[in-house]
Amino acid sequence: MSFSHATIEKNVGWLIVLVILVISVGGLVEIVPLYFQKSTTEPVSGLKPYSATQLAGRDIYVREGCYNCHSQMVRPFRAEVERYGPYSVAGEFVYDRPFQWGSKRTGPDLARVGGRYSDEWHRIHLLNPRDLVPESNMPAYPWLDKPLDAAIIPKKMQALRTMGAPYSDAEIAGALEEVKGKSELDALIAYLQVLGTAIRAGGK
Amino acid sequence: MADFTSDFWNLYIAGITLVSIVGCGVFLFAQTKRRAKSEPVGTTGHVWDEDLAEYNNPMPRWWMWLFYLTIIFSLGYLALYPGLGSFGGAFGWSSQKQFDEEMAKANQQFGPLYDKYLKMDLTAVAADTQAQQMGQRLFLNHCAQCHGSDGGGTRGFPSLRDTDWLWGGTPELIKTSIADGRMGVMPPMGAAVGSAEDVKDVANFVLSLSGRTHDQLRAQRGKEKFAACAACHGAEGKGNQALGAPDLTDKVWLYGGSEAAIIEAITKGRNGIMPAHKELLGDAKVHLLSAYVLYLSKGEAASK
Repeated sequence: MSFSHATIEKNVGWLIVLVILVISVGGLVEIVPLYFQKSTTEPVSGLKPYSATQLAGRDIYVREGCYNCHSQMVRPFRAEVERYGPYSVAGEFVYDRPFQWGSKRTGPDLARVGGRYSDEWHRIHLLNPRDLVPESNMPAYPWLDKPLDAAIIPKKMQALRTMGAPYSDAEIAGALEEVKGKSELDALIAYLQVLGTAIRAGGK
Repeated sequence: MADFTSDFWNLYIAGITLVSIVGCGVFLFAQTKRRAKSEPVGTTGHVWDEDLAEYNNPMPRWWMWLFYLTIIFSLGYLALYPGLGSFGGAFGWSSQKQFDEEMAKANQQFGPLYDKYLKMDLTAVAADTQAQQMGQRLFLNHCAQCHGSDGGGTRGFPSLRDTDWLWGGTPELIKTSIADGRMGVMPPMGAAVGSAEDVKDVANFVLSLSGRTHDQLRAQRGKEKFAACAACHGAEGKGNQALGAPDLTDKVWLYGGSEAAIIEAITKGRNGIMPAHKELLGDAKVHLLSAYVLYLSKGEAASK
């Protein structure tokens, strides 16, 4: 072994090729196989793609930056499962593009928030959290109580279908009809109420 | 792992991982040349700013050895923990298994405790100090978001500290409320009552029921139209716990007791939902929570 690192350092072509090779190893081993794994590519039983209203609500969730304070992943630890419910599995997120797992928990995890509170609770809570939880530090979102602009939703559903979400033609055709007259608040609540509802194991 | 679409991926992962680790070792070894003490230190050949040059020393020994240590560590890690495709490692560790063990350990510790209280009568559990503390922790996690951290409730979400109950305050009924949830639906009654003036009349009659300030003339007129409300709230406005229809003659107002709030209730209806918790929490926790709610209400009554 008599080659010197100087050969690589002084030869830009070699340097580029070898650097790319080195940094691609992580991706090749940790990312590429995920596309060929059943647990990450197949939906859990009972999982449905988001309805038009839920999808519009999800866009609002992203727009308002909810993910900055709320994660959507219950990790497999007892403390988390006691607080939020069954831990999350990859198959629950196959129709999420992109997923909203997040990593910051200024607020509680929302992966299993669906059905936990009434729609009315969410309505009051989003407009002013302190009306319900005096000690809450979540910002109020009073501007959500306005008509939903969902003109683009059928196109989004179309796009998601090409990515594998099993929307029927009727669902896409009826999308605008479904969201008609709904407010941004309604859409966001519809989205929150479906989160984590595909898996509902009995508590222990 | 059967999780992959093809066995190829096991080999793929294990192959790249091992080749890159061995590759690191080979590269490292190739550069591990020691400079003899007598040998003069050369420079890299570059000269900057007229006279700045850089020594071409080999990498420090300690750094080299640390690098070798990381290689040895990674091989040891891959032998013990999952990392090489389908090879699960000598420890047979998995996150699922670790979780199951954690849960089993907790069940061993807390299971008997839950079982003990589950077998006890709710009234007895409510009087148990330890059960109260457990109940409070569960309450703060699962109930406080709506009913408040002290159980005092807020507009639209009933207080659990008083002795007024929408659906009944017996231990069994409290447990049913928590386990199966409740749907307190008041339909919009505007049309059934009549015009906006009629609604205002009825609202004034409702105000008169609990002795609040009201317009007597309107209340008089509203009394007849209250017939539309009597189906749920009773002819005397005493409510009906089987339907969750509140007593209108007391001083407890879930949505506010102003004329405006009552008119809003009549015209738009009310929709109070308590989600079912049996499935979410399981029987043992629902039992403890029922006892805690019972205790909350009793505690308030006792202090009066």
